[in-house]
Amino acid sequence: MSAYVTKSPWVVHYDGSSCNGCDIEVLACLTPMYDVERFGIINCGNPKHADVFLVTGSVNEQNKGIVKQIYEQMPEPKVVVAVGICACSGGIFKDCYNVLGGVDQVIPVDAYVPGCAARPEAIIDAVVKGLGVLQAKRDAMLEQKPAEEAPAEEAVEETAEAVEEVKEEGGEE
Amino acid sequence: MIVKAVISIIAYLVLAPLVGGLLAGLERKLSAKMQRRVGPPVLQPFYDVFKLFEKEKMAPTRFQDFYVLIFVVFVIASGLLFFAGGDLLLVIFTLTIATAFLIVAAYSSNSPYAEVGAERELLAMMAYEPMVLLTAIGFYMYHGSFNVRDILASDTMCLLPMLGIFVGWIFILTLKFRKSPFDLSMSHHAHQELVRGLTTEFVGRTMGLIEISHWYENVFLLGFVFLFFANGTAWGWVIGIVVAILTYFVEVFIDNTFARMKWQFAFKASWIIAIVLGMVNIFVLYLCY
Ligand code: SF4
Repeated sequence: MSAYVTKSPWVVHYDGSSCNGCDIEVLACLTPMYDVERFGIINCGNPKHADVFLVTGSVNEQNKGIVKQIYEQMPEPKVVVAVGICACSGGIFKDCYNVLGGVDQVIPVDAYVPGCAARPEAIIDAVVKGLGVLQAKRDAMLEQKPAEEAPAEEAVEETAEAVEEVKEEGGEE
Repeated sequence: MIVKAVISIIAYLVLAPLVGGLLAGLERKLSAKMQRRVGPPVLQPFYDVFKLFEKEKMAPTRFQDFYVLIFVVFVIASGLLFFAGGDLLLVIFTLTIATAFLIVAAYSSNSPYAEVGAERELLAMMAYEPMVLLTAIGFYMYHGSFNVRDILASDTMCLLPMLGIFVGWIFILTLKFRKSPFDLSMSHHAHQELVRGLTTEFVGRTMGLIEISHWYENVFLLGFVFLFFANGTAWGWVIGIVVAILTYFVEVFIDNTFARMKWQFAFKASWIIAIVLGMVNIFVLYLCY
């Protein structure tokens, strides 16, 4: 049975040391143009209510504690999506003296969205992919064992199809 | 009489969360349409609550969930008293106790956001309580009884003689439903300066229970609107139910067209309304009935 968490993923968004480009794109997903609420996605701004953690920008010495704390405050099942090339690897800021690199330097990341800035379609795609991971984690929670690395194939396929449909709809306009 | 009461109690227990959840779903759809979005499925609030029940348990103190449980029990109890035809004053005070426990639950977490939310909820209570009491008093003055049963049995519609009180009640419903411009203590929208205000620290099933009790609460607050129209005939019932549901969507409309106001405005506005519309109406009732 598919878990309800895949039907109502609430998002908390944290801006690491991003240039703000990716943040604007994350917010663009909420606008009438992309309207992620039709998938039940809400930007709830509270880690304790959130299922999906969107991080934009790289982690540095100052914010690594914050990123960790937000992650720890989220109740299981949860997924982390790194948005933009900065969040994936450090990107253009990689060589700065205070930058540690991508978000995966401090917390486990489930989906990476490349791009500078990441496109809203790609962000939605990543969140929907993350739903497969959420489903797998939920199943693992039910069986009382640690989550497997690979997300449930079926769920990913299903959600990927949904995204394709949306993209087609968008293309027609 | 007793059979009737038992039937309405069971109907309330089963139907109220369904109706409340559906109204919440339609509300989100309507808000989305007003913003030219597609919006979530109508059943989305149910998905949200089922999801919340799937989440891990987490609480800053072990007392918090206990207080929330008392809140839920008292909210449901106040609705039960109402739909069983009980005393309006008892209903109102039971609901007040429920809200008080929600506030205590928020305070117990010791989180700054929850505390600010709890404080604002206290201010909101102070703002709407006078009008709530005046509404009950108005019903008493017109019908000569605080009992919902007697009010329903009356053969005249009390809307016109109680028009001021009706408008006042609709006004404070915005506070009670926590909708803009008075969504001071928490909000379903993306006002994030308080994180989630009152509900910041409620996780998973605790939050789910709170959502469900809001559905119960909404239905029974709309029940008050219905009381203004009951006149013992089928027409009274139909008009009452239609107006009650319309009221909800008027609140959604207001929610979408106003920005959040400061608590000072909420306080002044609702006291002025209570004094001008409520008191004057009570005085008129005193002279005429
Ligand atoms: S990936 Fe590009 S747009 Fe996004 S935060 Fe980094 S530099 Fe800015």
